[in-house]
Amino acid sequence: MAVIPWKPPAQMDYITKDNPRLDGPAKVTGRAKYAYDAIASKCLVGRMITCPYPNAKAVRIDTSEAEKLPGVKAILVEEGKVCRLAGEFVGAVAAVSADIADDAVRLIRIEWERYPFVTREEDAVQPNAPQVHAGNERPNVRVNDPDGEGDVEAAFQQADAIYEGTLSTQVQTHTCLEPHGTTAVWDENLEHLTVWASTQAVFGVRNDLAEFFGLEPHQVEVITEYMGGGFGSKLGGGYIERMAARLAREARQPVKLLLTREQEQTNSGNRPSARARVRAGATKDGKLIAFEAETSGTGGFAGGSGFPLPYIYSVPNWRRQHTDVYINAGNARAMRAPGHPQGSFIMEAVMDELAYRLGMDPIEFRIQNDPNETRRRQFRELAKRLDWDRLWKPGPDEGFPLKRGMGVGAAVWGGGGHGSNAEVEIHPDGSVVVRCGTQDIGTGTRTVVGVVAAEQTGLSPEAITVQIGHSTYPQSGSSGGSTTCAGVAPAVKVATDNALWELFLKVAPVLEASPEELEAADGTVRVKGDPSRALSWKEACAVLGQESVVGRGRNDRSLSSSGTAGVCGVDLEVDVETGRIHLRRIVSIQECGLVVNKLTTESQMIGGVIQGISYALFEDRIMDRMLGHQINPNLEFYKLAGPADMPEIVPIVWMEPESLARGVIGMGEPPVIPVAAAIGNAVRNAIGVRVNSLPITPRKVLAALGTEV
Amino acid sequence: MRPIEYFKPTSLQEAIQALQDEGAYALAGGMDLIPSLQENILPAKRVVNLKAIGEELLRGIGPTPNGLQIGALTTLVEIAKNETVRSRYTALAEAAETVGSPQIRNVGTLGGNLCQRPRCWYFRNEHYHCLKKGGARCFAGDELGDNQYHAILGGGPCHIVHPSNTATALRALNATVHVVGPQGRREIPIDQFFVLPRRNIMAENVLEPGELVTHVTLPEPPRGFRSTFVETGEREAFDWAISGAAVALVMNGAEVAEARVVLHAVAPIPWRARAAEEALKGQRLTPETIQRAAEAALEGAQPLSQNAYKIPLTQAMVRRALQRLV
Repeated sequence: MAVIPWKPPAQMDYITKDNPRLDGPAKVTGRAKYAYDAIASKCLVGRMITCPYPNAKAVRIDTSEAEKLPGVKAILVEEGKVCRLAGEFVGAVAAVSADIADDAVRLIRIEWERYPFVTREEDAVQPNAPQVHAGNERPNVRVNDPDGEGDVEAAFQQADAIYEGTLSTQVQTHTCLEPHGTTAVWDENLEHLTVWASTQAVFGVRNDLAEFFGLEPHQVEVITEYMGGGFGSKLGGGYIERMAARLAREARQPVKLLLTREQEQTNSGNRPSARARVRAGATKDGKLIAFEAETSGTGGFAGGSGFPLPYIYSVPNWRRQHTDVYINAGNARAMRAPGHPQGSFIMEAVMDELAYRLGMDPIEFRIQNDPNETRRRQFRELAKRLDWDRLWKPGPDEGFPLKRGMGVGAAVWGGGGHGSNAEVEIHPDGSVVVRCGTQDIGTGTRTVVGVVAAEQTGLSPEAITVQIGHSTYPQSGSSGGSTTCAGVAPAVKVATDNALWELFLKVAPVLEASPEELEAADGTVRVKGDPSRALSWKEACAVLGQESVVGRGRNDRSLSSSGTAGVCGVDLEVDVETGRIHLRRIVSIQECGLVVNKLTTESQMIGGVIQGISYALFEDRIMDRMLGHQINPNLEFYKLAGPADMPEIVPIVWMEPESLARGVIGMGEPPVIPVAAAIGNAVRNAIGVRVNSLPITPRKVLAALGTEV
Repeated sequence: MRPIEYFKPTSLQEAIQALQDEGAYALAGGMDLIPSLQENILPAKRVVNLKAIGEELLRGIGPTPNGLQIGALTTLVEIAKNETVRSRYTALAEAAETVGSPQIRNVGTLGGNLCQRPRCWYFRNEHYHCLKKGGARCFAGDELGDNQYHAILGGGPCHIVHPSNTATALRALNATVHVVGPQGRREIPIDQFFVLPRRNIMAENVLEPGELVTHVTLPEPPRGFRSTFVETGEREAFDWAISGAAVALVMNGAEVAEARVVLHAVAPIPWRARAAEEALKGQRLTPETIQRAAEAALEGAQPLSQNAYKIPLTQAMVRRALQRLV
């Protein structure tokens, strides 16, 4: 059957509307079970063994003392492993309790061959710096090929305003509130492995484990009913899942293995740092014409610090060269809009500085240089929502000690749907079950599934039984790149339409109509245009007799699209005596095509703003130079924004008809992108000087104000 | 966790006895001790839970013939909500109500807060064998150290800051700390309770092994007495102060007759800024006087490589505290 387009939004009952999360009650009552909760009794507790040095090789390992400890059931260590950060995993133990597992880890004697190390970028780039990858040819610095277009030098000659500066962002860890973790259990013949994983990729974990243990995919069952955040750090099977399964195999008992907070902070991924020495020029009619940047960043021992720059705004003449710097620290992983917040912080600072130098309104300057029509309109809407024309002044504010300022930034993202399949079964008793192997990483995917099936069947979302997060369900892609909603929603729609068709085939004779004439709406199956010829949903399903009908669907990309626009504006005050920033209000505007669930879309935007605030003002992975550990691997000094730090957050979902008509687009990532940039610009607007690096702490604000003695 | 002996005495005598041995630690609210055990930074062999001790002195807030008495087991929330403390010893109420989070204030005690161990990130990290743990080096004071939260006054050879809000307030309020130990009871004026690292690197106060704080007394406020506590952290949610001040004044009409100015989170002990007190005495609280006092308060400050910002910040804290008392 050909794919039927989405209904016109005006005719929709659930899609584009506010639908509360279907699993809200389960989550707030604790009924929702996460990976660590899977097996309540007789489950061993696993603990990672970590390297205490930033650059070392485990040359000899003695586990004899640990083995003697009563309650220890399995010890796995990797003799000969080379560790490139303090806290890298070299094995794990499983014991009957967490305390015993901890004691066992302490009793394992490891002889380390230690190498010189370097944990800071500024040290790593020095000519005689210790080599991060000691013993191989890999240097600490990898200079990428230059990129660019146009004639930059000639363009600078034409510029009426030039900004030059150095801007930088810190390393941010994902800080998943549910640390990485897995529960693993084997059948007695070691032929079937069941794994409850906190993952963004149910099928990725399945495939990885199957390959690792030499099993066929069906011999590995991965379950992710609920999970507490991944932000990109849980995008596939890896060391933790394998280790839990290995321990369980060794001990012949279920094992649950959850990282400690310290391990989560040091060794489960991060957003790399970024640094840019930039020079940019614009003409007095408000055109950005020249841009050059020397950039660098560190993704820890593994590189991967690239980020987009120039970002968003058109510039015909630009040149850029990026350098990856390696240090002995945890490696980068994809993190909520990888690269974009870094590029945004740098680019938006440049845009504001040029606007100030030209004497132009920063929003007007952006509109003149933004190639995206939707975003230009969003900027105008943002100005209205912020009361920008009345409140914005070039600054610095005259107030004392509180100085008010405003700033903006913009976002771009793809969000096209991933490959996804779904299956809908309609039972004779009227129940409807949707199965899709997708995971809900906290974005509300479970609710999206229910909403789409409800929209198509004319039932309420609560009436739909949603089964997700299981590798025996139809295959669905990993949740990365904001691709889930735009993959899952079309697949569920098609599957529901196909199941309905099967139902209509059976019901049509009863209603003396052809199946093409039927529709499911308002809890009935009825003849289109003739509501008098109708059966209630239950009556219609009863026609099926003993046999349920099944429809399958996949995302063929005709119901989804890609490429979204967003903007963000900040209104804040800076206390120039304490250096503290008091956020007043943040407005976030985001397009995402056809909005499947407005309520959870808004909550993604609010979440993005919160994470952006935290990135802008608080979070910072601090690596010690003397012994090489992260010295804030906790939530005490790795500071997250808390409830009391929240301003009024105004999420505005872009619902213009032409956007809704584009089909579904994912948007979990873009709202985080411009927040730090907008905050940085608002601080600059308030106090008249720029804090050039994130996070913008009291220490840096006071230093920028020159009050530091 | 290594096995630790747990003891729950019902009398002070038993508690004192149990606390004399090496590796014995007192447990009240547990807000500092339990995480310290988990962090594996204390050589703990025994935990002595004080909460079953019948002694009335340890509990509650009540009048004495010449002031107020607060038991060491009194929770911070009780102190913050007590009407007498709020109206007559305002600095202490303000200090107690800005400790940690509501959960911590509900469980944490005055004695525990007063004797709290430092939050220095090297001290708290088991991989760093610093001076305070018997090691050979202060990492924060090293030229490669990260010391943005560390001391600008009174530091060396260790550069911690004292983390306790109530300690700062009690010093401004000229409290007396009452302790009991193997040698019996003694009263310690708060000015003599805290010790700088250069006097004793291993402790932040003068308590001997086996000694316990039973209660704290505060003198009757004279006419014209007023006090306040201000602090600032990096964020609004639960955070350690990066600076603060407690100020107590006795006003004679519009003039300051007596002043106690104590700086918070900038020194290894609550730091009495005597030069600021001198600058206030006999003066009206004009903006000029306040500014002079704020500048005097930071005289002699010696910032480390990353914490010079604490100087203007702490001046601002002193100004704000004084402005509140105008």
